[in-house]
Amino acid sequence: MMRLVLIGTSHHHAPIELREQVALAREDAQAFAARLAADGREAVCLSTCNRTELYVAADDPEQAEQDAVAALASLGPEVEPALYRLQDRAAAHHLFRVASGLDSLVPGEGEILGQVRVAHELGTTGPLLDRAFRQALHSGRKVRAETAIGQSPASVSAAAAALAEQVFGSLEGRSILLLGAGKVSEQAARNLRSRGAEIALVANSKTERERIGEELTRVDVVIASTTASGLVLEAATVADALRRRKDRRLLLIDLAVPRDLDPAIRELDGCYLYDIDDLEGIVTETLSLRRREAERAEAIVAVEAEKFHEWHASLDVVPAIASLRARAEEIREAELLKAEALLGRLDESQRRAVEAVTAQIVNKLLHMPTVRMKEAAAAADGVLYAEAVRHLFGLGEDER
Amino acid sequence: MAELLFWPALLLYGEAAVGYLGDARHPGRAGRAATWGVRLGWLAQTALLAVQVSRDDGFPWGTWASSLSLFVWLVVSAYLIWGCRRPYRLLGLVVMPLAVALLVIARAGGGTGLGGASHYSNLFLVVHVGLVLAAFAGFTLAAALSGLYIWEERRLVTRPATILRRQMPALVTLDSLALRTVAWSVPLLTLGAAVGLVRLLVRGDRLDALIAVTAATWFVWCAYLGLRLLGGWAGRRAAYLALAGFALVIVVRLALPATHFA
Repeated sequence: MMRLVLIGTSHHHAPIELREQVALAREDAQAFAARLAADGREAVCLSTCNRTELYVAADDPEQAEQDAVAALASLGPEVEPALYRLQDRAAAHHLFRVASGLDSLVPGEGEILGQVRVAHELGTTGPLLDRAFRQALHSGRKVRAETAIGQSPASVSAAAAALAEQVFGSLEGRSILLLGAGKVSEQAARNLRSRGAEIALVANSKTERERIGEELTRVDVVIASTTASGLVLEAATVADALRRRKDRRLLLIDLAVPRDLDPAIRELDGCYLYDIDDLEGIVTETLSLRRREAERAEAIVAVEAEKFHEWHASLDVVPAIASLRARAEEIREAELLKAEALLGRLDESQRRAVEAVTAQIVNKLLHMPTVRMKEAAAAADGVLYAEAVRHLFGLGEDER
Repeated sequence: MAELLFWPALLLYGEAAVGYLGDARHPGRAGRAATWGVRLGWLAQTALLAVQVSRDDGFPWGTWASSLSLFVWLVVSAYLIWGCRRPYRLLGLVVMPLAVALLVIARAGGGTGLGGASHYSNLFLVVHVGLVLAAFAGFTLAAALSGLYIWEERRLVTRPATILRRQMPALVTLDSLALRTVAWSVPLLTLGAAVGLVRLLVRGDRLDALIAVTAATWFVWCAYLGLRLLGGWAGRRAAYLALAGFALVIVVRLALPATHFA
């Protein structure tokens, strides 16, 4: 039976310097998997900024493990000590956790599901890895659908974008005013732009800042992160703009320390001001929610991984079950043939009834042994039971 | 038969109200169960109304209690159109307890049984009562949306760390949905009231308190539309005006109907 082997490293075991060495572009990951899949093996290479993992299905797990370790170790001299090695049930469970975002740096992040899907598509898969990845993707989707693990933002910039969506809904066509261009505000602006918003003005220079009052009557979101030591936007300026905006809402995000936006803006009607502390509070709450949801997600993953394990273990007994059924069918047909002299006198419908009855007897007789063997396989006694069945029914003796 | 359908409808609406409460505390399964409660309860109430129609000469909503039952059905129907979607589940927290309470009142007034055939003409009832009730159902929904708007905006102003914990409709969406609902409802009320007035004039009946408050309600909702479409009103001011309009709807539906149906 094919065994599942996993060799890899991730942010839990390797610092960024090491992960950089093993990070593979899509084409390289595809070639890597194809090389490992020689000699009838299956292989998938999952490589993201936080992990590089090789999943191999092989009849000889020790050899497969050696080859995978050698392949990854060839990428850097310090890689090998940072590698983890898992097999069968543990490897599958790990894959399911990865696909569900439970092994990610930020629990529940959604990008990993797409990365696992791409790895699956680019891998050299066969029955075992195909099933493992399909079920892992199913598990990931189920976790996202049945828990709130991926629903809220996990960074300050994502929180700013989520707040904008809370106010405006779709951000398509909404305009942003950027005061200053710090790293976090750039990320926030990028996040908003990826959701359809447009940047109306980046006010960096003094001349550009003189246009702020005028722009405030038009834009929907203001993101501030200058290095100015005093306030860049006074409440009076905003109040004046709000009067001209009538009831159009304005969201102001202040990411600067010291603050750029006058805290008195909060007292004005029709606008919502959030500073860095507010956003960090939201992210902290979000992460604690994600951690709580992760417990529910782990339960879902455990159930899905167990289903896969049962299927994988049943492969141990499938040949024995198939042989047993073939032998039973062979006996049934032989006995019917012997009784041909009697059956010859029956009309077509009577013959069909005899066929059906004998087939039903065989099926009913073999149903319980089949179920028991599959159960035993899930409990790791599958090989033993399969041997016992072969011995008791003399399966395969003719060939010897 | 009516009993067999009334209780499932009431229990399922009740289950939905409790489910939405549970969903507000821990979003998830309770919300999904509540949504199914609304759907199945609505089916049961639809069947109840169908039985009433078949037994009571086509239009059995000629009493205030039976018209209240129809009103509940219209409110839940309007809510069902999009209210069951996940971001709007919190709306169910307002709509479903109201539906349960009104259905209980309708039953107490004998509006959910059989034998309530009206002595008015069916055509008049269909046009007048049907349109007015449909408009009131729309106003109820618009008020619920406005209530949700005010609650959500308050959260945006007070900035709790939990603000993004549950999926909510955007402020702008709530605002525009309320406007659209009112924009549909005002013409319905105008038409329904006009039919009633024509009949009043033809029969030479006198104005009663309910007609007067209905006229005031119509005026408030027309003002809402005018201020929003022509005066540029939106957001909180418009939401408070919608709630004021809804207060009049409550008076019309619960406090004064006896003067009209007598």
